[in-house]
Amino acid sequence: MAGFSISTVLLKTGFLHLTIGHVIMWLIAAAFIYLAIKKDFEPLLLLPIGFSIFAVNFPLAPLVGEGHLFYLFYHYGLEKEVIPPLIFLGVGALTDFGPMIADPKTLLLGAAAQFGVFVAFFGAILLGFNINEAASIGIIGGADGPTCIYLTTKLAPHLLGANAIAAYSYMAMVPLIQPPIIRLLTTAKERKIRMRQLRPVSKIERILFPFVGTTFTVLIVPDAAPLLAMLFIGNLFRESRVVERLLKTSQNELLNIVTIFLGLAVGSTMIADKFLKPEPIFIFILGLFAFAFSTAGGILLAKFMNLFLKEKINPLIGSAGVSAVPMAARVSQKIGQQEDPKNFLLMHAMGPNVAGVIGTATAAGMFLAMLR
Amino acid sequence: MDNWTFGITMIIVGMGGTILTMWVLSLLMGLLRKLFPYKKEEAGK
Repeated sequence: MAGFSISTVLLKTGFLHLTIGHVIMWLIAAAFIYLAIKKDFEPLLLLPIGFSIFAVNFPLAPLVGEGHLFYLFYHYGLEKEVIPPLIFLGVGALTDFGPMIADPKTLLLGAAAQFGVFVAFFGAILLGFNINEAASIGIIGGADGPTCIYLTTKLAPHLLGANAIAAYSYMAMVPLIQPPIIRLLTTAKERKIRMRQLRPVSKIERILFPFVGTTFTVLIVPDAAPLLAMLFIGNLFRESRVVERLLKTSQNELLNIVTIFLGLAVGSTMIADKFLKPEPIFIFILGLFAFAFSTAGGILLAKFMNLFLKEKINPLIGSAGVSAVPMAARVSQKIGQQEDPKNFLLMHAMGPNVAGVIGTATAAGMFLAMLR
Repeated sequence: MDNWTFGITMIIVGMGGTILTMWVLSLLMGLLRKLFPYKKEEAGK
């Protein structure tokens, strides 16, 4: 018999190559899957990410090496910058920019809520991360998963797993993180401010907005074009009302398909020997700071604007500039109604909430312009 | 440039650029409103 032995067969199994690092990653995967299933924490992302982490941390399994399955998802989906823009197509198709168009000053609140991005960037540099790593960590504060993944893939791909997990985990925890900060920075009187009903928005405004938005933002930050152009294409599908089939596909099937590939690709980067380092812990801490300062930034700008406005803004909607749509807007609504049950802030809060999506993509474009 | 100076510079430039971009976009949206005001007939469509 040529070259056959029991030991050869045994060496080709994974058992003899299993390390404690693999087992630790399995436990981390289990934690994310638990959060997804039991606690309903962003299950659409955390479940595929969690199982992908589990699957790729088996020794000898041909999943992540060059040419292998999960590597292909990562290479063509993320390295080639396909998946995040496709997700933004779906986001644009799902998003009603009407509240923002009706009250354009909410765009400023969406911008202010990017404050945490730059504070976390600063903090990351002080903690010893290099500039590119710091930018990719900072963008977690924008509470926008696809933008975080897009920027991290370009600037610090080795941090993709940790950054994505931090971003989606904190997005799920917005109802826990924001309320204490909101209460700290606002008075009961401010939380009771009622805002005038939003004006109706014409169809032509809704249709022209994608063109105006694309033109202006892409001229300012060309590096963010893949995200912003796709966001506005999706929105045009929605507002034109003549491409229902494309709209439904963008909102449903396409978004679901790329979400699956996104989760598997992100999880596949979290291999034991690359992930089990101190950096993820710092990233999680910085991510929390980023969220907190972003929330504070939106609220404080709203309070500042009230110094000059005749019709006051309820500062609660400033916190909704964190682009966790629609959770952050719902937090504003809930806290507002705790102060005044007849105060309906949801639609007002949706303005900065959706503006924050544009704001985070713009901030990402700023980083790319300054750092590349 | 030390880390503190660099970081604060990036905060100012990055936030400033983001706020400026969104502010001008808000002005353009205000202009759109003036050029294409909402008409009540649209409510029926």
